[in-house]
Amino acid sequence: MAHRLVSIIPALIVAGLVIGPVAAVLWRGGGFTALSDADADAVAFTVWQAFWSALISVVLAVPVARALARRQFPGRGALIAVMGAPFILPVIVAVLGLVAVFGGRGVINAVLGPLGLPRLDIYGAHGVILAHVFFNLPLAVRLILQGWLSIPSERFQVAASLGAPLFWLLEWPMLKRIVPGAFAVIFVICLGSFAVALTLGGGPRATTVELAIYQAFKFDFDLGKAASLAVVQLALGLCAGLVALLLARGDMLGAGLDRVVQRWDGSRVLDAVWIGLAALFLLAPLGALVVAGVPGLALLPEGIWAATGRSVMIALGAVVLTMALALPLATKAGEAASLLGISVSGLVLGTGIFLIVQPYVRPASVALPVTLLVNVLMSLPFVLRILRTGVDGAKADYGRLGASLGLRGWALWRIAYLPRLRRPMGFSAGLTGALAMGDLGVITLFSRPGQGTLPLAMYELMGRYQMDAAYGAALVLVGTSLALFWVFDRGGRVNADV
Amino acid sequence: MLTFEGAAFRQGDFTLEADFEIVAGGVTAVIGPSGAGKSTLLHGIAGFVPQVAGRLMWDGRNIAAAPPQDRPVSMLFQDNNLFPHLTVMQNVALALVPKVRPGREVQDRVEDMLARVGLQGLSARKPAGLSGGQQSRVALARALLQDRPVMLMDEPFSALGPALKDEMLDLSVSLAKGRTVVMITHDPADAGRIADAVIGVVPGRALSPVATQTFLTDPPVEMRDYFSPL
Repeated sequence: MAHRLVSIIPALIVAGLVIGPVAAVLWRGGGFTALSDADADAVAFTVWQAFWSALISVVLAVPVARALARRQFPGRGALIAVMGAPFILPVIVAVLGLVAVFGGRGVINAVLGPLGLPRLDIYGAHGVILAHVFFNLPLAVRLILQGWLSIPSERFQVAASLGAPLFWLLEWPMLKRIVPGAFAVIFVICLGSFAVALTLGGGPRATTVELAIYQAFKFDFDLGKAASLAVVQLALGLCAGLVALLLARGDMLGAGLDRVVQRWDGSRVLDAVWIGLAALFLLAPLGALVVAGVPGLALLPEGIWAATGRSVMIALGAVVLTMALALPLATKAGEAASLLGISVSGLVLGTGIFLIVQPYVRPASVALPVTLLVNVLMSLPFVLRILRTGVDGAKADYGRLGASLGLRGWALWRIAYLPRLRRPMGFSAGLTGALAMGDLGVITLFSRPGQGTLPLAMYELMGRYQMDAAYGAALVLVGTSLALFWVFDRGGRVNADV
Repeated sequence: MLTFEGAAFRQGDFTLEADFEIVAGGVTAVIGPSGAGKSTLLHGIAGFVPQVAGRLMWDGRNIAAAPPQDRPVSMLFQDNNLFPHLTVMQNVALALVPKVRPGREVQDRVEDMLARVGLQGLSARKPAGLSGGQQSRVALARALLQDRPVMLMDEPFSALGPALKDEMLDLSVSLAKGRTVVMITHDPADAGRIADAVIGVVPGRALSPVATQTFLTDPPVEMRDYFSPL
């Protein structure tokens, strides 16, 4: 059956691309150099920070989501839209934004210092958690808001007319259903944290397993140790990933968050405070970045534009390859195959690919293609989650009509399905492009100086304490990422007849 | 003659049995309570619901295992009859060629058919720019242009107002003259208006066709509940 091959071959490619490197890692790390104390500390810290990051994000998200669920105010839609942005915001850009607010020369210390209060230090364990909360609070808010809006408004009316306790009757059961899944998803995301730990963590008390892999690789060039750590990370990721898969509800897209449930309880003032604090926490770092970045634009080193070009090429390549693999894989089995990719960290994949290619070519010479490939594997699960809904819908709505007209194979896709998929395809292409543009992961393992991507160039600027130029580069990076997202997403919307 | 020989169709864990003949060239209505299996019967004939027992004969050929495109049927669905991203021309042309840029000859035939259903000059529009009644006409034009001997209608006009629905039923039957039409309805008056015979469907079983007048005045025993006022 030709059309089965069309989906089996990409599934095999994806599985091979994930399993090959993992096998290489297992083979190389098979000796299992016993984990040192430092490695055990890294494991403990990884789990500890992921736990607190997830807990704080979820606990803070509950009152914010409730406030958003029951209040209508100007800018509500925009605020919810902004809460989707951290997902495509390059990690290193957000980190720099947080440094601008909470860092040594940041806004908060500028206020605390003259008052004689102790100075904040963003570097270390609490900085890592702060950054994770910055990224995941919005995600938690969106997931929980979805839960709130899934309660039919009639229920609130009935409860109000009965004078029944809303919380215990309606909200607590919903929270019990939604919150564990949100916690698990965030826990898994934080477990694989690399760029945040790389920039804000480090040292004996703030090193994640991913960061330890990087250090074993980069500083000790101890491939056996890197591989052993990769095995540990793999086990952690798989266990937590499975749990998250079981617990997670609701889709990450969060469609239909634009309505408000009318209610007759709660304090307006308190809700306003929660929303205001959340908005401030999310927007202040971005604002600070813009303020600090504009003067920095003049200080950008020559190489930054070449690095931008390389990053854009990687992003575009990742979009093309991801879409080519995603369309035939948009089935239940395909989605399962792609989940392999999400449970394996980018650094583990990178280490594996390094082990495979090392005897044949200089790893640095394939740094960019490997970065592209790893980004494709990382994006696929999200893209498939988004596309599958569309594909299933198109098949349900038009599959029989197409069959009754004798449309089959490619003609069926081209005439009936693909035009129905423009929106989800545009959205997921934008997501892939933005994520690949801002990725600071596997590239750190391989690249030669002056041959890296824009996020890497920015990281190097930070390492040389050229903070003003780094702020400038952050603006360029965030601008390019958002532009990529916008172009693709817009392309999917224009002239789409729904 | 469309013959069901000990046929059974299965959709999920629901099974519908049928064992009778539908006379070729006539209009047969399918009536019954919701959930009894009217759609299962039609979608079984079209090949969308798998046949798990018996034979389905057309012209001496057993089509029980044939894929939908190889069956002698065209179908009007309850909804989603038209691709919203294609123009009226493109939608109807798909009856003849699997292309979105049909050739001149195909375009002429499409325009002819559109004229016969009363849609001159609208071929460049997309479905969103048409009224509900016009959309039904486009779907009808395409089903007719497919030129298959059996036309199945799964309540395609149920969203239209009464007068418009009657008009569309009359138009369908007059243009489909000579074909075997099988149509679902939940309104006995529709059957009285256009059908030669009626198939009653009770949960899990389709009954043999009965002449329309007989069916309406003296319904089969199994259908009494459906017609009784309480």
